[in-house]
Amino acid sequence: MKKYTVLGKNDTRSGFGAGLLELGRANSQIVGLCADLTGSLKMDAFEKEFPERFFQCGISEANMIGVAAGLSITGKVPFAGTFANFATGRVYDQIRQSVCYSAKNVKIAASHAGLTLGEDGATHQILEDIGLMRMLPHMTVVVPCDYNQTKQATLALGKHIGPAYLRFGRPKVETFIPEDLPFELGKAQVLSEGKDVTLVACGHLVWKSLLAAEELEARGISVEVINLHTIKPLDTQTILNSIAKTNCMVSAEEHNIFGGMGDLLAGVISRNNPVPMEMVAVNDSFGESGTPEELMVKYGLDTPDIIRAVEKVLNRKAQKK
Amino acid sequence: MKETNTEELKKIASQVRRDILRMVHAVNSGHPGGSLGCTDFITALYFRIMNHQPIPFSMEGKGEDLFFLSNGHISPLWYSVLARSGYFEVKELSSFRKLNSRLQGHPATHEGLPGIRVASGSLGQGMSVAAGVALAKKLDQDSGIVFSLHGDGELDEGQIWEAALFAAHHKIDNLISTVDVNGQQIDGPTEKVLSLGNLRAKWEAFGWKVLEMNGNVMEEILDTVTKARALCGKGQPILILMKTEMGKGVDFMEGTHKWHGVAPNDEQLKTALAQLPETLGDY
Repeated sequence: MKKYTVLGKNDTRSGFGAGLLELGRANSQIVGLCADLTGSLKMDAFEKEFPERFFQCGISEANMIGVAAGLSITGKVPFAGTFANFATGRVYDQIRQSVCYSAKNVKIAASHAGLTLGEDGATHQILEDIGLMRMLPHMTVVVPCDYNQTKQATLALGKHIGPAYLRFGRPKVETFIPEDLPFELGKAQVLSEGKDVTLVACGHLVWKSLLAAEELEARGISVEVINLHTIKPLDTQTILNSIAKTNCMVSAEEHNIFGGMGDLLAGVISRNNPVPMEMVAVNDSFGESGTPEELMVKYGLDTPDIIRAVEKVLNRKAQKK
Repeated sequence: MKETNTEELKKIASQVRRDILRMVHAVNSGHPGGSLGCTDFITALYFRIMNHQPIPFSMEGKGEDLFFLSNGHISPLWYSVLARSGYFEVKELSSFRKLNSRLQGHPATHEGLPGIRVASGSLGQGMSVAAGVALAKKLDQDSGIVFSLHGDGELDEGQIWEAALFAAHHKIDNLISTVDVNGQQIDGPTEKVLSLGNLRAKWEAFGWKVLEMNGNVMEEILDTVTKARALCGKGQPILILMKTEMGKGVDFMEGTHKWHGVAPNDEQLKTALAQLPETLGDY
């Protein structure tokens, strides 16, 4: 299988911050908004360099979404940032009416998504946001996997027209996507080709999936690892091409098992080519306080969980024959 | 555009009221009460006060004064005024609330109706949007003024007060928001449903410049909005508390919340239209 080397450790939110700064320098229409979390979102460099194009909203997320919609009407390209929980569930109706139904060019930048927010606990660890956002007509949903890709995704969204949700996280994690690996919104990346099982992951679970694939390969199992950085619009063709070859699938995401990427994929394969599928996701529960690593283990989102899911799906495939 | 004089404005308002009643009657649904109450104000905005360009409609509205309706349920009023001022053909008013129409129950951009820049209906969102547009205009050194209209019942929504803080903090002084103080909401008088208290004191405490007017007297509307425009550019957003009578212009609809979301029947329509001269020709 294709090997990826660790290029460093960094947080995906810093990838967003770096991308936003670069966008700001290239396009004077880019504006930033934040709801009292500028440092956490790594938007401080943009604020410092472009103070006239940065709007502090205070802890008023609903208003922030509306102001962003208003700014976009005149041709500005607003990036509105806060924690994923407050960027989605708290302001769902504002996003629905003022942004999506109105087809506004608003980019929602959501940090600290999922369990890896860590010690702050379940009030802040949203595991439902991918589902909430992907249900909205017109919405593009992007979940990049490391620092480099989050920066690439931010740059790509600066040029994309329409509502978009960009989900990233808090902890420093492995950077492994080469800076020159082409990134295209809506185009899944086959990171490593394989023939026995299709393993589709997004966000922090992509690196863990590569680790799982490496371990499985040592046992003679050939895994195709797909990085589904764009959840919506879904690259159905890449998914169907892969399962046509492998005849089974495992999905892995830092999200509730209901409504997330796995659910979406299950729908696609059941409508097109029903093959055995297993999902690595949080089993319909809230999170809790703990270190990111401890939480990923406790809630079944670690490398061994992915390996077990692959073993299970391969057994099911064998029984089917 | 030639300036419309006050008497002409009153005539247009009479026609707009006829349009509203006929639109809601035709589909036996919609919100005549608040629409009739705000007719004089919206007529004055589009036919006299605002510098705007109906054709070709520009979403970005550069250099124009822009209006945002936050209490979207009074859509029949807005549609009538938009059509009568040239944004689309008057005959399209007959498609209001029907299948495949651009005139949705609540205003939307989705079907591409000229004049609408954001959807509204779910309350409390329009002031934030208007503040965002006004901010962008300041950033672009565009001298256009942004107007928004809100119901008094809508002030129950927390987002309004978030926007109130935001607009004052960022000194958005090219924004003139108007609250339709008709004292009524769906479940009854506003003071009974959720007391709003002293609105002037509240808005002043939030850092806004506050004006008051009777929104059913054309001369007073023109005078007050002229004053409001003169107050723009002085570091404060401007709020107009506009007293209106719900159902204004139709005697049996006036001053009650009963007609908030109820259409007149055939006989009631006939009685109502008899009180409102047809001045521009019915659609």
